[in-house]
Amino acid sequence: MTIAEGVSFDLTVIWAFVIAFAVLVYVVLDGFDLGLGMLFATEDDEEDRDVMMNSVAPVWDGNETWLVLGGGGLFAAFPLAYALILPALYAPIIAMLLALIFRGVAFEFRWRTKRWRGVWDVAFIGGSAMAALAQGITLGGLLQGIDIDKAGRAYAGGWWDWLSPFTLMVGIAVMVGYMLLGATWLVMKTEGPLQERMRRKAWVLGIATVIFIGVVSLWTPFLQDGYYSRWFGGWNIALAAAVGIAVLALAFGMFRTLTVRHHDYWPFFLALGMFVLGFAGLGFSMFPYIVPVEITIWEAAAPRNSQIFMLVGAAILIPIILTYTAFSYWVFRGKIIPGEGYH
Amino acid sequence: MFETVDAVLLARIQFAFTVSFHFLFPAFTIGLASFLAVLNGLWLWTGQTKYLDLFRYWVKIFALAFAMGVVSGIVMSYQFGTNWSVFSDKAGPVIGAPMAYEVLSAFFLEAGFLGIMLFGRDRVGPTLHMIACLAVAVGTAISAFWILSVNSWMHTPAGFEIDPETGQFLPTDFWQVIFNPSFPYRLMHTVTAAYLTTAFIVGGVAALHLLRHRHRPDLVSPATRTMFSMAMWMAAVFAPVQIFLGDMHGLNTLEHQPAKVMAMEGHFESHPDGAPLYLFGIPNQEEQRLDYAIGIPKLSSLVLKHDLNAPLDGLDTIPREDQPPVAIVFWSFRIMIALGFAMLGIGLWSLVARVRGRLFEWSMLHRAAVAMAPSGLIAVLAGWVTTEVGRQPFTVYGHLRTADSAAPLDAAAVGASLVAFIVVYFAVFGAGTYYILRLMSRAPAVSEPRLKDITDSPTRTAGTTPAQQQMTRKHSPVHPGE
Repeated sequence: MTIAEGVSFDLTVIWAFVIAFAVLVYVVLDGFDLGLGMLFATEDDEEDRDVMMNSVAPVWDGNETWLVLGGGGLFAAFPLAYALILPALYAPIIAMLLALIFRGVAFEFRWRTKRWRGVWDVAFIGGSAMAALAQGITLGGLLQGIDIDKAGRAYAGGWWDWLSPFTLMVGIAVMVGYMLLGATWLVMKTEGPLQERMRRKAWVLGIATVIFIGVVSLWTPFLQDGYYSRWFGGWNIALAAAVGIAVLALAFGMFRTLTVRHHDYWPFFLALGMFVLGFAGLGFSMFPYIVPVEITIWEAAAPRNSQIFMLVGAAILIPIILTYTAFSYWVFRGKIIPGEGYH
Repeated sequence: MFETVDAVLLARIQFAFTVSFHFLFPAFTIGLASFLAVLNGLWLWTGQTKYLDLFRYWVKIFALAFAMGVVSGIVMSYQFGTNWSVFSDKAGPVIGAPMAYEVLSAFFLEAGFLGIMLFGRDRVGPTLHMIACLAVAVGTAISAFWILSVNSWMHTPAGFEIDPETGQFLPTDFWQVIFNPSFPYRLMHTVTAAYLTTAFIVGGVAALHLLRHRHRPDLVSPATRTMFSMAMWMAAVFAPVQIFLGDMHGLNTLEHQPAKVMAMEGHFESHPDGAPLYLFGIPNQEEQRLDYAIGIPKLSSLVLKHDLNAPLDGLDTIPREDQPPVAIVFWSFRIMIALGFAMLGIGLWSLVARVRGRLFEWSMLHRAAVAMAPSGLIAVLAGWVTTEVGRQPFTVYGHLRTADSAAPLDAAAVGASLVAFIVVYFAVFGAGTYYILRLMSRAPAVSEPRLKDITDSPTRTAGTTPAQQQMTRKHSPVHPGE
């Protein structure tokens, strides 16, 4: 099946979608989780912090597993891309890994000490912020392109190449967007004054997120000629306009459900919708490149028998994983009640 | 600062450091997850509260160790690419798939059910909670299956061909890739090691509390006695099994990686009619000889070939550039073996104590058990050092050299990240280890509280499972027994 000139729908495309899906699920699930960590900085009441952390304590570990699937899946399905991208973005990726250590252990450590609780709270906040910033920088670094030696199948740039105004801007954009997800998650999971404060924070963060989505969308096409023609060539500009309008519509719905309707669930899902659209837009920019604009997914793909062997497992196991992940969220559904059970 | 240092050496140190630190946690939690599933099952089956007490006691420690294992494990899944990109590009088509299977079939299972295991007993009821405990335990075992398959493939690669254009390893038969020649032995040896590691930690903690109250045995809780007894059964049964499995693994290594066994044995010279078993010596790789050697004649041939006079080749048959660093392999192997036999000693001693009816009174045994508490962790690390350093100078044995596997990074970048990893790991995992030791220093109580804050704050109560109490929804059903 041909979807564009010289591009066919095959196992490699399926794998590109599987990896993209894993990364998207990661962003959807761990985004609010990291955003909530950053929002910790804005709430200093002990009990509110307990409630915030407890709202993700049973699920954060599963959320981060999607990051492992994104990395491990890239390694398995596109080993050349994995081998080019990770050394190129060495510093932000190492920073992200170290940051995730701090925030991950904080979930357990802060309950184990009274005197040092403040230290682990700072680790939770700083680790969440650094992980989000580093993920944004990684995304920005990938979008702006990587200097490679194609014949030598190796990264050819320096270890600071990733640093640019664009990457820093994307880093901050991801931080703000994750905080929006965190705030709307807490609107869904909490009650009372904490929930009210989160509604207000979600407003400010929502406006900032919409602005950042606009800036990234307008800046990206000018990074590479390929992106420009992809978005502004022919009828695609109409698609770009449609995506923009859809983002604004979702944002409008989110603001309305946040304050006018005082709805608990809709703001979170509408904010997620904005992320999904933004993610789809990024995919549209990059396709069919996996290392823009040097290496296509076909050039980086694992051999066919590896793809088939893995696809059997993925086709069986991913639906099962989604089922029990959903079950786990369902078990821990509903509002977190502060202090309940303090017998 | 790092300009004069070889970037590959720094990358090797970083990988060795991060993987060693990481493996300490799974080495403990693989066994502990099974122990917890057994305890929970015994509680549901017998209704004896001592099992629930033990479950609640160890689940707090498990939560801490598991979290540290998760976060140090995420590092590993990216480090193949950040620091060993050439290896990743070349070996990815073969080992990427089993690693993806590990994520899909094990990591998600563990992570997905961990929340229910830790926080969900009240919410899902005893049956589903038991299933969650089993899912976590099975998940750790499945994880061991895949990652040890990948690791074994690097030692005994099979089921592949090499693409002459790209130099990539291409799979020809995934069955052969997964069930490569050293895999069954490595899997059994490593999983048994994990069970022994847990058994000795549990036994050491129990022995500590038996010792504390040796003059007031009435203060020792039934839970403490039970866990000591369970741990000592594990030691008595699995220490000898492990020695047998280790011997089989060694024979397999002799067949596929003879140079590694030569380094383990300190055999620089070939022995055409019976090789000695060196107990001690100082390997001198420059001069290709073992200095100050003390050995038992012909015993090595007996162990490795089951024949006193069997000839054994030495490192003189291996080109210098293909030899592993002998001293490290030689010593780490001896540490592992010594600890293995010490574990066997404890296991046998506990049997004697049991026969004499002094299992809970014999203070010398308890002191020895406390001293041996970390023996599993040390033995596991020593074993890994033996096998991994023994694989050098290759990443994929015989096919891809370590020097040709590293990412094209500046030494400065790798040096900076190495320093960062060392500082962060010691600070964070040091603190975590301290919290675990503090939990262990308190004996499991009768009706072990699940929510009591060990910081003894008068105003709040929170435990490992603080969330459990706070997460309880309004009108949530409370199940009996909790």
